[in-house]
Amino acid sequence: MSRKTPLGRVLGLGAAGGSHHWWLQRLSSIALVPLGAWFAIALLTLPDFGWVGVHAWLSRPASTVLLLLLLPTALHHSWLGVTVVVEDYVSAPVAKTLTLLTLQLAHLLVGAAALYAILRIAFGSTP
Amino acid sequence: MTTPSRPTSPHLQIYRRAHTMVLSVLHRATGLALSAGLLLLTVWLLAIAAGPGPYAALKGRLDSVLGLVVLAGFAASFWYHFVAGIRHLVFDTGRSLERTQARRSAVLVVLATLALVVLTLWGVLRQRGLA
Repeated sequence: MSRKTPLGRVLGLGAAGGSHHWWLQRLSSIALVPLGAWFAIALLTLPDFGWVGVHAWLSRPASTVLLLLLLPTALHHSWLGVTVVVEDYVSAPVAKTLTLLTLQLAHLLVGAAALYAILRIAFGSTP
Repeated sequence: MTTPSRPTSPHLQIYRRAHTMVLSVLHRATGLALSAGLLLLTVWLLAIAAGPGPYAALKGRLDSVLGLVVLAGFAASFWYHFVAGIRHLVFDTGRSLERTQARRSAVLVVLATLALVVLTLWGVLRQRGLA
């Protein structure tokens, strides 16, 4: 979603993608309020942290769906956040670009691993 | 290209420290910590997916003193970032930006975080049969 005025867009004024970035950061924040609260409360109300109980909880359909929402949203939010921090504090152009690319790649890798884990917990055979 | 030394804009150390400033810095710091927390959360999910053996190995490490300190740090960071993030969402709607309002909400953020941390501690102690 663009939050630029139509005139500003036509004239090419304003930051390139700042408003879009800002908007996504807010959207992900709002989504993370209920998702984060669910995860924290669920962790705290688990009877124990043995593998059987934790696996049973996380392999329920509702848990799978919520985890599939939570992890990508949180990782996207995290990526946007660390990007802003690097943009603010790393001023050397090459170092900045390399750091940003490394962090983006790291978030993608963690995201793929998280999706794999969530799906394997949901659909994998129980040993 | 030579860059003449231009006057630079005032940076952090120029300003007198205000409580609201500390809150803002903490929001960033806890956000960065939680990015690392997401990595640990993913490792935890991978361990659960891998089965009881790998999960027990990770759980053993997390149950150590160092592990518990790290987890407590993540829990505190989570609640602080959670509460302060809601405060920022309110700011984004253009509300409560006056100095007195911002100071009041800052106190509220600290109190709410402390309350949630205490609740979490109580929950953990109860889980471990210690409370």
